[in-house]
Amino acid sequence: MIETSEITLRINDDDYRVKVESRKTLVDVIREDCGLTGTHIGCEHGVCGACTILLDGEAVRSCLLFAVQAQDHDIRTVESLCVDDKLHPLQESFIRHHALQCGYCTPGFLMLAIGALQKNPDINDADLLELLSSNLCRCTGYKNIFKAVRATADEMRAPPAA
Amino acid sequence: MKPASFKYYAPRSVDEAAALLGDLAADDGRILAGGQSLLPSMAFRMAKPAHLIDINRIATLANIDLEKDIVRIGACVRHAAFESPERVPGPTGVLLGKVVRNLAHPPIRARGTFCGSLANADPSSEWLCAAAALDATIIARSRDGERRISSVDFFQGVMTTDLRDTEMIAAVELPLLPADTRSGFVEFSRRRGDFAIGMVLAAFRIEGDRAVDVRIAVGGVEATPRRISEAEAVLTGSAADEETFIAVAETLADVVDPTQDDQHPVEYRRSLIRTLAYRALKSAT
Ligand SMILES: Cc1cc2nc3c(=O)[nH]c(=O)nc-3n(C[C@H](O)[C@H](O)[C@H](O)COP(=O)(O)OP(=O)(O)OC[C@H]3O[C@@H](n4cnc5c(N)ncnc54)[C@H](O)[C@@H]3O)c2cc1C
Ligand code: FES
Ligand code: FES
Repeated sequence: MIETSEITLRINDDDYRVKVESRKTLVDVIREDCGLTGTHIGCEHGVCGACTILLDGEAVRSCLLFAVQAQDHDIRTVESLCVDDKLHPLQESFIRHHALQCGYCTPGFLMLAIGALQKNPDINDADLLELLSSNLCRCTGYKNIFKAVRATADEMRAPPAA
Repeated sequence: MKPASFKYYAPRSVDEAAALLGDLAADDGRILAGGQSLLPSMAFRMAKPAHLIDINRIATLANIDLEKDIVRIGACVRHAAFESPERVPGPTGVLLGKVVRNLAHPPIRARGTFCGSLANADPSSEWLCAAAALDATIIARSRDGERRISSVDFFQGVMTTDLRDTEMIAAVELPLLPADTRSGFVEFSRRRGDFAIGMVLAAFRIEGDRAVDVRIAVGGVEATPRRISEAEAVLTGSAADEETFIAVAETLADVVDPTQDDQHPVEYRRSLIRTLAYRALKSAT
């Protein structure tokens, strides 16, 4: 027996009314039913972090939630970062520091880092390193990702030029 | 893979959840808490529950309640709650804070629950070791009422507990340790955030110049976590110094009965526990 229900998901400030099977994970619904394919799927069991999104401001694995659970929550995906064709400073920093090669892991790392920086802009090196170990990158390696996030965190903290 | 089909329920109260579980347990109905173990096993189709009772919308379960010398952790309290020192006061909070830093990664900690870890009863979970060390009391709720289970009786084997199909964990109670309690927690895992191959938790106080109120627990090496009374006896009444720590670590390594698997021979785990015990005691502050 396949149970479906109609739900509304609030993603990047837009409402998406979708009919989904209960068994469908949030990442699958975001990609297939809402058409937001910026969020990637790697392992589908919580290990790689390619599917990381923000749920009420917290970075979480969207493959480890059913879409039906995400009603009434605020969802942010990588698509929310670019406003008026202008990349987010963290995205610019990833380019500047060569923090991606194939880019498969990048949306997940961006959302992971943004979730953490929003909560704690003063994150220290040890905590940042620990945070970045949450997600897997199989081609760039972590050094440049670390540098990119570090630089953005430092910019966010720096007082605006007088 | 994709999870198999199930019927989804989102009760708003513990009574409602317990009633649903009572009705659906016989037809493979289960609780969905943080989903950080259940969803992976459903994605592998190792678990194919017919009904899922999602407890995340039960507001009261997100509470951490304090009573005189007890802290009660509700079923929806996430791992991440223990990262902030203010949620649980005193040495118990400090101890849980030391433990949680070893558990998975921040995005998993943002969803996974303390009680869910105990229900799941994976022996390599850090929370099982903490629950054993602190003699946790598990509060099981069914339609028929409440049952209090001590951690000694609760953990029965690898992923096996005393919880009945029709019972859910409503909360877990831990003691608030005396203000001068010191604690140390050390584990070894291959990669950051991985499940541990072994772990030791030590807690004690110093009275005069002797160690008292000693708790030493081991996790990840036997089928269930437990306090090791022989090792506790070596430390109790002795000076908390280098010589004693080495003796405690030796005793611990002798007494544990490690499970054997292809990657970790018994002797390896024994020697690992010796090292971890020494480090846990040495780091106890
Ligand atoms: C990549 C990754 C790494 C991880 N690393 C670690 C680690 O290092 N250490 C560690 O300890 N854990 C680790 N975990 C597991 C994680 O901590 C889980 O959160 C935890 O094991 C289960 O809690 P949950 O709330 O997510 O439970 P769920 O996944 O929702 O449920 C797990 C099981 O317990 C049952 N259950 C849950 N809550 C209740 C309840 N209140 N009453 C009755 N039954 C209940 C469910 O029915 C299910 O059978 C990891 C997970 C992932 C995906
Ligand atoms: S796809 Fe979600 S963690 Fe890999
Ligand atoms: S850039 Fe290719 S996996 Fe990270």
